[in-house]
Amino acid sequence: MTLATLDLSPLRRGASWHQAEYAFWLVPVLAYFLFPKSLALLSQIAITALFCLSLDLILGYAGIVSLGHAAFFGLGAYAAGLLAKYGWGDPLTGLAGAGVVAATAGFITSFLVLRGSDLTRLMVTLGVSMMLYEAANKLTDFTGGVDGLQGVDIKPVLGMFNFDLYGRTAYWYSVAVLFVMFWLARRLVHSPFGLSLRGIKQNVTRMQAIGTPVHRRLMAIYTVGAAYAGVAGALLTQTTQFVSLDVMAFSRSAELLLILVLGGSGCLYGALIGTMVFMAAHHFLADLNPQYWQFWLGAALVLIVLFARDGIMGMLRRLPALPTRTKKSR
Amino acid sequence: MTIVFDGLAAGMLLFLISVGLSVTLGLMNFVNLAHGAFAMLGGYTCALLLSRTGLPFLLAAPVAAATAALAGVVLERKLYRRLYTASHLDQVLFSIGLIFMSISAAHYFFGARQQPVVMPEFLRGQINLPGLDIGIYRLFLIVVGLCLAWGLQWMVSSTRFGAQLRAAVDNPRVARGLGINVDRIFTLTFALGSALAGLGGALGIEMLGLDPGFPVKYIVYFLIVVAVGGKGNIKGSLIASLMLGLFDVAGKYYLPQVGAFVIYAVMVAMLIVRPQGLFGHSAAK
Amino acid sequence: MSAVLQTRNLSKSFGGFVASNNVSLSIQPGARQALIGPNGAGKTTLINLLTGFLEPNSGEVFLMGANVTRLAQHQRVKRGLVRTFQINQLFAEMSVLESVTLSACERLGLGWRWWQPVERHLAALDAATELLATLRLLDVAHEKVRSLPYGRQRLVEIALALASRPQVLLLDEPAAGVPASESRELFESIARLPKDVTILLIEHDMDLVFRFAERISVMVGGALLAEDVPEVIARDRRVREVYLGEILDG
Repeated sequence: MTLATLDLSPLRRGASWHQAEYAFWLVPVLAYFLFPKSLALLSQIAITALFCLSLDLILGYAGIVSLGHAAFFGLGAYAAGLLAKYGWGDPLTGLAGAGVVAATAGFITSFLVLRGSDLTRLMVTLGVSMMLYEAANKLTDFTGGVDGLQGVDIKPVLGMFNFDLYGRTAYWYSVAVLFVMFWLARRLVHSPFGLSLRGIKQNVTRMQAIGTPVHRRLMAIYTVGAAYAGVAGALLTQTTQFVSLDVMAFSRSAELLLILVLGGSGCLYGALIGTMVFMAAHHFLADLNPQYWQFWLGAALVLIVLFARDGIMGMLRRLPALPTRTKKSR
Repeated sequence: MTIVFDGLAAGMLLFLISVGLSVTLGLMNFVNLAHGAFAMLGGYTCALLLSRTGLPFLLAAPVAAATAALAGVVLERKLYRRLYTASHLDQVLFSIGLIFMSISAAHYFFGARQQPVVMPEFLRGQINLPGLDIGIYRLFLIVVGLCLAWGLQWMVSSTRFGAQLRAAVDNPRVARGLGINVDRIFTLTFALGSALAGLGGALGIEMLGLDPGFPVKYIVYFLIVVAVGGKGNIKGSLIASLMLGLFDVAGKYYLPQVGAFVIYAVMVAMLIVRPQGLFGHSAAK
Repeated sequence: MSAVLQTRNLSKSFGGFVASNNVSLSIQPGARQALIGPNGAGKTTLINLLTGFLEPNSGEVFLMGANVTRLAQHQRVKRGLVRTFQINQLFAEMSVLESVTLSACERLGLGWRWWQPVERHLAALDAATELLATLRLLDVAHEKVRSLPYGRQRLVEIALALASRPQVLLLDEPAAGVPASESRELFESIARLPKDVTILLIEHDMDLVFRFAERISVMVGGALLAEDVPEVIARDRRVREVYLGEILDG
């Protein structure tokens, strides 16, 4: 049987966990001990990393360009906040609820997003997120408007772990959620479904010609991406006990794009690494001089697009020492 | 009725600024979200000239336009040109980077607050007709806008440059084969679009305001004009801009609760029904 | 004998240009049929209409007796109507094995499986490696498709189509761009296909056409000019006129 004679290890290498990955996931554990005073920041990094992961799923893998992904982040954030405010304070089920809300919104908008050209898609995603932003802005009774949603009362995680002032619970909670969702996403991208997404991104025509219901696949991943973003937003609400209006702002969507490109799209770890690098840089540099920061951020984006399009992961892949997910020829 | 004039004037400004974006998109298929930055450049240049030098408004505005054109030429040749064949995503990312850079530069040089501007004498005041008060400034904008729109349309349809432009839009490869210097056409068109944007920014300081956040504040409006009017369609851009201007002003006056929500909703609804815009051709792409 | 693939008055115009003019075509099961005609005759348009890539202005398409005119491309593929493209439509960044496995996964309905990694789905993997073996692509199984020479990429194009286990296979100029040395291999692979697979082939290489085809249809200016066995077509004066007597003289 030919299967016996063909070496399948390059294919397998992608799906099984690599040593570097184990090393990577030790970092959040180490960080807890190395930076005990910065747990709030570290939680933010974990949350943003999850948010960026959601964008990688739809953009890096399926090729859907969205300028309004913050819409789902915001929806999840407000959903979790409102659930908690009106009596349902359990964190994990709150996350699930927020995820469902965001997923539903994602599913509904997926019909719109898949029509038309690139430009139309940009406009629609941007338009939808701006609509939601305006709605959140104006429905002050509901959302708190510009002042944000307060009175968010979160119960202990699993009934046992209280959200403490040092942010310890928040940190482990965020990292745990990130890890679980990452693990699920990782399985997804290595599955036949994930392979079909890559196929859609590379050649839609071909995918249709081999019998793939392309639209339905894209709708599915868009919904999943929205759910992930919603969970990230909910995490933010639950760990900060507050929802600010800017969870839905355009700048959040734009910044997320930047982070993903910085890290490298289409490989999941790019989203995580990009977030870490970006937020660390932001933490150290932005306070010095906000204009300076924004200027160099813009310049960095321009330079990345022109010269280092694959981002950090792309540069890492070019180092001969590290094996990659899919085998490079020769 | 003042609302109508306000709306038309605002629409004219939008047209001036957006038409360059529309043509650039139709011609080079380049999604340039940073287009508003050229308008901002024009605005700040004009404000600077008015306050530092004694230059009269009617001279400062064209100079502002020229400055924006110059910036357009430099950026097009050095940067934009490299990305014509890149994916739309890359172009979006690139232009977002430019937006960030321009906003922070404006912030650094001019501060965060609104740029005050004093309109020249002859533009202040109103014309009082029976039952109708027309602000001179508004009227000025409308007239200038119409003249430029007419001029653009004439240029595209009746001049040699216009013919070459249309050829280059239709099929750059064949156009090159005919000896048309397509690269130069791209640069000139980009410069023209930027000049108009700069002019719009300069003329519109009083009406649209001018602060470092300008490119982001109005980018959605410009994109709406292009999406509704059809990319590369001058007449479409004009009609779309006027509609949008009217909608926006009327909306803010009659339904201030709802604000911009309606505009976005209408745009999204329209794009669903007619992805190619009200006036665009349904392209295969 | 009911036709496996049939069209009735199929028409398509682009603005003023008539690309397909009332084409009524009927292909029998197991046929080895070629579609020839000068450039611009509308052959590829016909394939696009048959597969659902393009919507006709009027007319109908029947696949194994069922009216598929309203069906989307992917639905027709599921019913066994598969095509290849004149210009390769491949997954440039995937390896050869990944590409063909993807096609096999779709055929086996595994496209929605999201939990197990691809290589655990042995049925798909087996089918893919078998196909690679048949087309002699095993040695480049893990190479990225874009790094292959054109002729071998063309084989991948065929492999992708074959992985869908077609009942009716539409090949759009399979030998286009392939050097003569490699096109032999290509055609042998096609010839070796099981007899129950119906094949419609667009080709310009008359040598290959006459060696392969049991029936030939000739298209000119969007319409079907003639359809018959090769010997009759070769002698048909109208056909020779169309080709300016160049190729069919022998």
